[in-house]
Amino acid sequence: MFGKLTLSAIPFNIPIVMGAVAFMVLCVIGVLAAITYLGKWKYLWTEWLTSVDHKKIGIMYMILAFIMLLRGFADAIMMRSQQALSYGSNMGYLPPQHFDQVFSAHGTIMIFFMAMPFIIGLMNCILPLQIGARDVAFPLLNNFSFWLTAAGAVLVNVSLAIGNFSRAGWLAYPPLSELHFSPGVGVDYYIWALQISGIGTTLTGVNFIATILKMRAPGMSMMRMPVFVWASLCASVLIVVAFPILTVTLGLLTMDRYLGMHFFTNSLGGDPMMYINLIWIWGHPEVYILILPLFGVFSEIVPTFSGKPLFGYASMVYATMAIAVLSMLVWLHHFFTMGAGPAVNAFYGITTMIIAVPTGVKIFNWIFTMYRGRVRFDTPMLWTLGFLITFTIGGMTGVLLAEPPADFVLHNSLFLIAHFHNVIIGGVVFGVFAGVSYWFPKITGFHLHEGLGKLAFWFWFVGFYVAFMPLYALGLMGATRRMDHYNVAAWHPLFIIAAVGAGIIALGIGTQVLQLVVSFMQREKLRDTTGDPWNGRTLEWSLPSPAPAYNFARIPIVRERDAYWDMKKRGVDLKGSTFVPIHMPRNKATGFIMAGCMFVTGFALVWQIWWLVIAGFAATVATLIRHAFDDDRDYHIGADEVRKSEALYDRVKAGSV
Amino acid sequence: MSNETLLMQNGAAALKPGYADHAADALRGLRQAGDAVDFQVEHHHDVASTIQLGFWIYLMSDCLLFSGLFATYAVLHGHTAGGPSGAQLFDLPSVLTETMFLLFSSFTCGLATLAMNANNRNATVGWLGVTFLLGAGFVTMEVREFAHMVAIGAGPSHSAFLSSFFTLVATHGLHVTCGLIFMIVMMVAVLRKGLTETNRARLNCLSLFWHFLDIIWVGVFSLVYLFGVAH
Amino acid sequence: MRNFWSRFCRLLPLAATALLAGCHGALLHPAGPIGMAERSIIYTATGLMLVVVAPVIALVVLIAWRYRASNTKARYEPEWSHSTRIEVVMWTIPVIIVSILGVIAWRSSHQLDPFRHIPSPAKPIHVEAVAMDWKWLFIYPDLHIASVNEVAMPVGVPVVFHITSATVMNSFFIPRLGSQIYAMANMQTADNLVASRTGTFRGISANFSGNGFSGMTFKAVSMTSADFKQWVAKVSASSQHLDAAQYVALDKPSQNVPVTYYSQVMPNLFEQILAGKFRSGQLLASASAPTPARGSK
Repeated sequence: MFGKLTLSAIPFNIPIVMGAVAFMVLCVIGVLAAITYLGKWKYLWTEWLTSVDHKKIGIMYMILAFIMLLRGFADAIMMRSQQALSYGSNMGYLPPQHFDQVFSAHGTIMIFFMAMPFIIGLMNCILPLQIGARDVAFPLLNNFSFWLTAAGAVLVNVSLAIGNFSRAGWLAYPPLSELHFSPGVGVDYYIWALQISGIGTTLTGVNFIATILKMRAPGMSMMRMPVFVWASLCASVLIVVAFPILTVTLGLLTMDRYLGMHFFTNSLGGDPMMYINLIWIWGHPEVYILILPLFGVFSEIVPTFSGKPLFGYASMVYATMAIAVLSMLVWLHHFFTMGAGPAVNAFYGITTMIIAVPTGVKIFNWIFTMYRGRVRFDTPMLWTLGFLITFTIGGMTGVLLAEPPADFVLHNSLFLIAHFHNVIIGGVVFGVFAGVSYWFPKITGFHLHEGLGKLAFWFWFVGFYVAFMPLYALGLMGATRRMDHYNVAAWHPLFIIAAVGAGIIALGIGTQVLQLVVSFMQREKLRDTTGDPWNGRTLEWSLPSPAPAYNFARIPIVRERDAYWDMKKRGVDLKGSTFVPIHMPRNKATGFIMAGCMFVTGFALVWQIWWLVIAGFAATVATLIRHAFDDDRDYHIGADEVRKSEALYDRVKAGSV
Repeated sequence: MSNETLLMQNGAAALKPGYADHAADALRGLRQAGDAVDFQVEHHHDVASTIQLGFWIYLMSDCLLFSGLFATYAVLHGHTAGGPSGAQLFDLPSVLTETMFLLFSSFTCGLATLAMNANNRNATVGWLGVTFLLGAGFVTMEVREFAHMVAIGAGPSHSAFLSSFFTLVATHGLHVTCGLIFMIVMMVAVLRKGLTETNRARLNCLSLFWHFLDIIWVGVFSLVYLFGVAH
Repeated sequence: MRNFWSRFCRLLPLAATALLAGCHGALLHPAGPIGMAERSIIYTATGLMLVVVAPVIALVVLIAWRYRASNTKARYEPEWSHSTRIEVVMWTIPVIIVSILGVIAWRSSHQLDPFRHIPSPAKPIHVEAVAMDWKWLFIYPDLHIASVNEVAMPVGVPVVFHITSATVMNSFFIPRLGSQIYAMANMQTADNLVASRTGTFRGISANFSGNGFSGMTFKAVSMTSADFKQWVAKVSASSQHLDAAQYVALDKPSQNVPVTYYSQVMPNLFEQILAGKFRSGQLLASASAPTPARGSK
């Protein structure tokens, strides 16, 4: 009746897990209680959960990402503290079975449920505004994509309470992830969480490409698009190209685990090397999917806070495209040590190093944008400067690792861990924080508290170096990754320093939480009254803050790159006199319901409750088909209502009718 | 004539944002309406072509999915683990028959599209029905082929070759089955509401999907079956 | 901004300390020529890149500081955003550095290919290494002995390791000697290493393989030829024989296994493991043919 699921799946005998589960449950109950107390269920459902508005969907993505940041960071604190303790006769407080789940969950959550949602959230909020569009190409699909991602995130968190998570690392290499060596449900939770959210991500890629190609404002040719839009386009292309490979790879692992097939097993012809090739054919473009949009964010922030246009726009665009294409040609550098031979290794090492060229050009372009500018050090710019320094160091260690013989001694060591955290924290995380603090006023209508923002930056910046520089040293001392215990005395102090660094980062995160609370409480004082608080250059700053549901009452006609700067130079009047009805898509529950059904299906697949699998899947399809026959898809905002809305933001010409 | 009406008439010429010549139309329209030339008040974008583009991009992602499966098959097709190989298992005449079913179904799908373009509702549904039968025939034959192989001990769990064969071919078969479901839904939709804009756009997507699956099958037929038997 | 600069300066000693600790690191104190060659690549590549990276980081700080908004003395050119000359330089310099690094990559990948035999007047010894859950088995096929979690080698004599796995993917790695290489079931990889000084070096698996992974360390002992002969004699005198039954018992998962010696190793044990004959927990008469990796014997 319940497949493999029994009450013993709940780990009552593991106090740390039960504590975490209790905390999670309390948080959820607390939120549900608050919503009930405030009487906001209907509001939540009609205005947010069923919303097809890209701005609201973007906000929901970023809320999900921030919550998962806390969860993934808790895993990080657990790892750092375990490794600071477990030297010699001290075994720490995490037995291997638990530690192995913690590092697997940490990587999986941070990449799939923190970094990706933050980035997709930012692109969702800002991309249509920057191209002068009223929404993305497929708003309901957008909603569905979000809920699929959320379903995956919930599945990962449920695994903490019911059953356990994978112990095979964030990429689940076989044969370790095969049924023989991982007989429990952990790897299955991993598989279905990623498959479900992976569909959402792929659909987002399709959505954004169509949006950018088809929905730009009149006059906005490709070479007049903001660099953030270019970066989003390239990232979306990479998503569409790479994620199907992830789907296939996890699908084949599923075939092995569920149907006894032999793709990657140790017997009957299975070949684990095939998995490693396939997963990294996805995996390497994935990290460029992560970083390219943030390169775009920095390309918006540096010109704005330097009071100058971006240096070398054309070469930025070509560099971005080159990076996207090259990212598909380097995947083997993740396994130089698998024995492909010198010619193959050297080829991939060289292609990897070639990527450093356009990346370096970008850094130079940002520096020359600041050159002869007037640089202001608001929080977004601080994050950017932190990125420029930190990411460059990380890139350097990356090119070092791209030399195959250097990799032969550094592969899978803590040096590698330090490298990729260097580029991911220095590049992706700093970039997300830069983008959030930059665009927060546009999205919410009020600023983030500046003092707390700067403090958070310093905690993160210092904390990062204290946490990860020791790891570079440890790697050079021969320490490998994923150890729950070690016996080398010389390593111990470095692990302690790294744990202190994690603590400093924790202070940074705490400051950010405080900042959100304080900013919300002081929102009237921090209100953005003009819509253009930073003296911006791109179209989103021509809108009021927060942007109205329809974004643009009148679509701007673009003449130049940095379209809004050009409008400001020409003295274009943002106030309108003629308004027409605006066509809007209707909010729908379809996405939420379908994703919910897929969540249930995923859970049922994990526990092999076959009747529920069939029911869940059938319900998903039925909902889709029912939706196909639903004609009530849109409505119009009447011209008078548009005029009234614009008047609230003082965007109506005096004396017009 | 009010400004608004003028706008509506001339603004309708302003299609396809991002194309300079259409922007010129928009500007002309707005100048006539006496408003500033910096904004376009009436705004349409071509929904049908956006849907088409979106579906194409999805199809390309599906193409990559199949390429992953093809690559896996290419690497693993020799890993028979002492068991039967393709040459020993494949029944080429039967595969040729099901190929003909699918190819013909593509043809009839094309006829359905032509009927749609000629605004002939009943012919559209009729040809879709024929396409459905041919597609269902294909799937039935494939399921029988699989059942036979499993019965003689050549199921997917017996070797890496068999795993990759079954997965590649069955993934295609599952896509075809989804296409069949899509087809039924469209036939019902067209019968109920006729050849509306929405239904036409969706029928275009369906036929894109169907032809794409046909192309993938040509790949499967050549690389898996013909190659497999020749080696 | 002064704040930023002074805090950055305060960070440097901390970073330096942390990094300098790595100076005592295994990789930077190699005990063999392979490790030494790899270390010099690390130094060379890092040095070459610092030629660009150090000025870049300095430029970021300097330019941000000099052109800060409060510094009205600095020239402000709000329309300037293009210079072909600067573009040419900024594309050329990375291209040059990457070209040099690329040549190094090609040459050193060939020279330091783990499968490549180390040229030496001494005749190499062959050791077969099997990654198990969670220990390492070392078989000396020519000497008919085996040991768990300890491998001995005469100093200066190249060792050809033939590596496979009886379980999941692992990675055979002696940090002070140099290159690691994956250990994979049904496949054989090779690692050619040589120690140029005596000593006991840590050996590990560098690819996570499950619960007992942290305890999967071994001792690689480099000794004089006389000492090596003594070691061989000691192992040969062991009362434990590595026949099929003993191997099957050894194959069962165990953690933190102490050093164990075996004499009278069954012939072709490694080949049988490779062929998957022990896969189902007993020695089978036949098993499916293994997939050879390059460099198989």
